Amino acid sequence: MSVLVYLVPMALGLGLLGLAAFLWSIRSGQYDDLDGAALRILGDDDIES
Amino acid sequence: MAQARDFSIFTRPQSGGLVTMDLAVEGVSCGGCIRRIENALRLLPGVSEARLNFTNRRLAVTWNPAVTGAGAVVETLERMGYGAHPFTARSGEDEDKRAARQLLRYLAVAGFAAMNIMLLSVSVWSGNVTDITPETRDLFHWLSALIALPAAAYAGQPFFRSAWAALRSRSVNMDVPISLGVVLALGLSVVETMNHAEHAYFESAVMLLFFLLCGRALDRAMRARTRAAAGNLAAYRAATAHKLDAKQQLVEIPAAALKAGDLIVVRPGDRVPADGTVVEGTSEIDESLITGETAGRSTAPGAMVYAGSLNLSGALTLRITAAGQNTLLDEIERLLDKAVTSKSRTVQLADRAARCYAPLVHTAAGLTLAGWLLSGATLHDAMVVAISVLIITCPCALTLAVPTVQVVAAGRLFRSGILLNAGDAIERLAEIDTVVFDKTGTLTLPEPRVANAASVPPDLLRIAARLALSSRHPLALALAREAVDRRPFAGASEQSGEGVRTMIDGVEARLGSQAFCGLADAPVDGKTTASVIAFRFGDRHAVFDVRQTLRPGAEQTIRELAALGLDLRIMSGDRPGAVAPVAAALHLSQWKGGLKPADKVRALEALRAEGRKVLMVGDGLNDAPSLAAAHVSISPITAADLSQAHADAVFLGARLSPVSEAIVAARFALRLMQQNLWLAAVYNVIAVPVAVLGFVTPLIAALAMSGSSLLVTVNALRGRRPPRTERERLPVAEPLVQARWSMP
Repeated sequence: MSVLVYLVPMALGLGLLGLAAFLWSIRSGQYDDLDGAALRILGDDDIES
Repeated sequence: MAQARDFSIFTRPQSGGLVTMDLAVEGVSCGGCIRRIENALRLLPGVSEARLNFTNRRLAVTWNPAVTGAGAVVETLERMGYGAHPFTARSGEDEDKRAARQLLRYLAVAGFAAMNIMLLSVSVWSGNVTDITPETRDLFHWLSALIALPAAAYAGQPFFRSAWAALRSRSVNMDVPISLGVVLALGLSVVETMNHAEHAYFESAVMLLFFLLCGRALDRAMRARTRAAAGNLAAYRAATAHKLDAKQQLVEIPAAALKAGDLIVVRPGDRVPADGTVVEGTSEIDESLITGETAGRSTAPGAMVYAGSLNLSGALTLRITAAGQNTLLDEIERLLDKAVTSKSRTVQLADRAARCYAPLVHTAAGLTLAGWLLSGATLHDAMVVAISVLIITCPCALTLAVPTVQVVAAGRLFRSGILLNAGDAIERLAEIDTVVFDKTGTLTLPEPRVANAASVPPDLLRIAARLALSSRHPLALALAREAVDRRPFAGASEQSGEGVRTMIDGVEARLGSQAFCGLADAPVDGKTTASVIAFRFGDRHAVFDVRQTLRPGAEQTIRELAALGLDLRIMSGDRPGAVAPVAAALHLSQWKGGLKPADKVRALEALRAEGRKVLMVGDGLNDAPSLAAAHVSISPITAADLSQAHADAVFLGARLSPVSEAIVAARFALRLMQQNLWLAAVYNVIAVPVAVLGFVTPLIAALAMSGSSLLVTVNALRGRRPPRTERERLPVAEPLVQARWSMP
């Protein structure tokens, strides 16, 4: 069962990483405009219209 | 039109001398608009940032005030074909946004904790039936405690705070049993872990918090969407005023920026933006939005005019008076205060459920403890069983039962153009047995229409309507609504007070008073000449009768409401003579006219004394007290601001059908809420005996809790669509109106 020494911290670390990423995404306003984000990706920024 | 515009009250200073303004943008329909708008604005000199939020159709623009101004931004957008409406967030909207983010954070922490503890718990459960060593199990339990205790202390705050507030005011809400369940489950688990026991309930406690936070987050998201839409509509409607500045020049400013003592000019066809006294000019004004009276009132210098009145004939110069100086509004305010305080607060279904539920569960847990102690169990064992009763009855399903239905039903109403102001409006709407309508602007359209359009030759109507586009006279505006071709004739000239004329292919066309068109000044169908507009095209001519017309679909809606078994009445502030034909057209036998605001409230109180639950549908300022006094109330979006603020729901568009649709949806939603409460009750009836007998393990608790929550949520989702029979009967819902409602 010595493998637990590695696996449990790894599992928790990955979970915390996900949590941190989610909290960061809330702070940077990524949940403020859910519909817009889906459409913005279709725009061609690099092509002058 | 090169007129100075001043939007400075809407700008917010930023660092570096820049300013930001928020605008509600009308006409944003597709993803392409995002780029078009943002790129066009960024190309303006001085604009440093433009970002459009597609979800709530709001645009934030930042610029350098030394280089450009708000006028340039608004004009750029208008040239591109978008309606741009400067916007100030209502107080509370920023607060809501912060609270929404905080709720997401709670949800994230609870989700993280629930997943990781479940990972450990599943290992323990499978280990318990195979070969887990007690040391490993203890390690896993301690790890769970390490995650669960801080997570619950953080993510449980909304429940703990609300429960504490309820207890301090000596009442009970649903958050009390939730908090108690969570705290006891965690405490018991820590004690059990210290005793090296097989079972701990960390995952139950955290999962409960996660489910409940999911429900709250959904609820808040729905409300935020409704509020954003309502805020945009308010911005679209926000009135502007033409103010005479110190140099006697006209400046267009938002009505919100008017101060007492300002001089403004109100042109014919404009709505009066604020209360004031006439300084110069005579005119006839239409006060139907205020009193319900459809006949015009003539004003002369010295007369008082109220915000929302429509100026019909001549330009008026007004001096703005301070708010609260006029007798009509004073009376309405007084009635409103009385109505709001005397309104019996209905106890919401969920709170009623909580009031019976909490004592029941806590008694059951107490009896369990006593029973096991009497039958010879140790205090420790008896406590474990008693607390497991509290955990398994923790009202996950019960707390989700009502809010989930509310969210789903509010979403459905939102899609059919009904915005709810009050969360519990659905329950109250489902209970009503009587509907009281206002007439002007509610059963009828807020703006007059041409009543005899069908009896005029179509080609003549087409030309007349197109010519009417060149006039700002209210009667011409009504005629212009019939126009198919919306390009005004080139070279049309307006003779003030008489009419417009132009030459079409060498033939003269005139639109205006009967004298102007060379027709005898004879009344048509006994109507006064004030409501007719004449048209001459060469030697052909027509006389249009302009008056209030019923909302499209009004008759069918009234029939549907009657079929629902509701008692329908009309209470109008207009003359009885004007109410009678409307009542006759809708086959309503119970109607009253000439009612003052106080009479309406008194009539509603009489109905309530008979034990009736009344839905009031009204729009005028005079309806505001009765809207507040009724059991539940609905306003059209064109209603006076004060009335809208006191209505429980607002419907969009010209049709009346949302009223019947809202009632049908609300009744269905109430049925779903009751079903859900029964489902939760049945679950408890099964689960409690199992728990009392001491058979509950953490695995069973987790399964039972998730299962019942899921069942309740799935049942709530049925509210997305009305039941089949009702769906067939209902007319197709008008799409959520994207169009612009322009104030004439």
